[in-house]
Amino acid sequence: MCQECGCGNVGGDVKIGAHSPEHEHHHGLEHGHGHAHDHGKKTVDLNRSLMEKNALLAERNRGFFRAKKLLVLNVVSSPGSGKTTFIRETATRLGTSLRVGVIVGDLATDNDAARLRTAGIPVVQITTGTVCHLDADMVAKAAAQLDLDKLDVLVIENVGNLVCPADYDLGEDLRVVLLSVTEGEDKPLKYPPMFHSAHVAVVTKSDLAAAAGFNRDLALVNLHRISHHARIFELSAKTGDGMKPWLDFLAQQRAAV
Amino acid sequence: MHEVAIMTEALRMAVDAAKSAGASRVSKLRLRIGSLSGVVPDSMRFAFDVVCHGTLADGATLEIEAISAACWCMTCQTEFECVDFFNECPRCHNVSGELRHGRELEIADVEIS
Ligand SMILES: Nc1nc2c(ncn2[C@@H]2O[C@H](COP(=O)(O)OP(=O)(O)OP(=O)(O)O)[C@@H](O)[C@H]2O)c(=O)[nH]1
Ligand SMILES: [Mg+2]
Ligand SMILES: [Zn+2]
Ligand SMILES: [Zn+2]
Ligand SMILES: [Zn+2]
Ligand SMILES: [Zn+2]
Repeated sequence: MCQECGCGNVGGDVKIGAHSPEHEHHHGLEHGHGHAHDHGKKTVDLNRSLMEKNALLAERNRGFFRAKKLLVLNVVSSPGSGKTTFIRETATRLGTSLRVGVIVGDLATDNDAARLRTAGIPVVQITTGTVCHLDADMVAKAAAQLDLDKLDVLVIENVGNLVCPADYDLGEDLRVVLLSVTEGEDKPLKYPPMFHSAHVAVVTKSDLAAAAGFNRDLALVNLHRISHHARIFELSAKTGDGMKPWLDFLAQQRAAV
Repeated sequence: MHEVAIMTEALRMAVDAAKSAGASRVSKLRLRIGSLSGVVPDSMRFAFDVVCHGTLADGATLEIEAISAACWCMTCQTEFECVDFFNECPRCHNVSGELRHGRELEIADVEIS
């Protein structure tokens, strides 16, 4: 994330202390002065980020994953952009060259976990219920159920949602945002925090581009503009077109951990 | 959106502050919310009543200070007010996506007794 951006950079030093009351008054015989303030109330300055707990846990995750030499991906997109298919194909094509494990967040079902297991990889499912995003604590608990020493890459499939997952660092190395050709070229403009925070942007379902009337140039202009920190890939998880550069990139990133 | 999760965290901080000061009640929380934080103040108020129920902060007042957004122009090295994430600098007309303010989600202070 770039230094110039305010994103994720809220809150200063933790500071707790009582305001000293501005006025001094004497309680005594003259206590008929009828002032309106409540006695015994005091204001305590906090000036803390409400995201601070997640930020702390995310850093803890990051340190832990780093010590395990894991490359960790946080895969985000709108519902149905192709996260599960993309992750399964990635794991299958990597074969034994990189061992992949997945943590998958889903509001209600375990369908995605079942589909991912067909690739023969370890999968932990987090059912979030009404919570529309994963947080660092959920990821820490899920990761504890995986044998991380047997993995090289840990992929976290976030809940299909482009809004709140943007605010929750999970301790990942790379945030990977998917944009499918069927969902409109202006998605990055509609969800700038998510697209801006991405390290990787993947245009998915490229096999459907013609049928969907996908305006590739426009999508790329928008991605370059908003996801200006990201490496961009275009691929189809279904046909395998364009998967190779992505897999090479992953291997290179893993080697750098 | 995740207003309930965020409000729960605000309440936790407020109650902790009250307890460590030996207070038994939280009567007011003041939050700072950026216009581009993605959090809707009305939903925060709704979440507030729900999460405070039955806690030290039951019946407390919620004050929300809205923070307007500002972008940073790297060319002019100045900050300018904006309403969106990507805005044209009024001086040089370059587009900047580098927000300086507007994403705030903070608890400013609490009133306890
Ligand atoms: N043609 C085509 N279809 C795809 C491709 N990738 C995914 N799909 C289809 O798109 C639909 C949604 O794919 P998923 O992988 O379940 O998408 P998701 O992002 O995991 O969905 P949620 O987890 O529900 O948000 C499925 O019917 C997939 O078969 C692709 O590259 N090409
Ligand atoms: Mg899925
Ligand atoms: Zn940037
Ligand atoms: Zn008095
Ligand atoms: Zn959420
Ligand atoms: Zn300028």
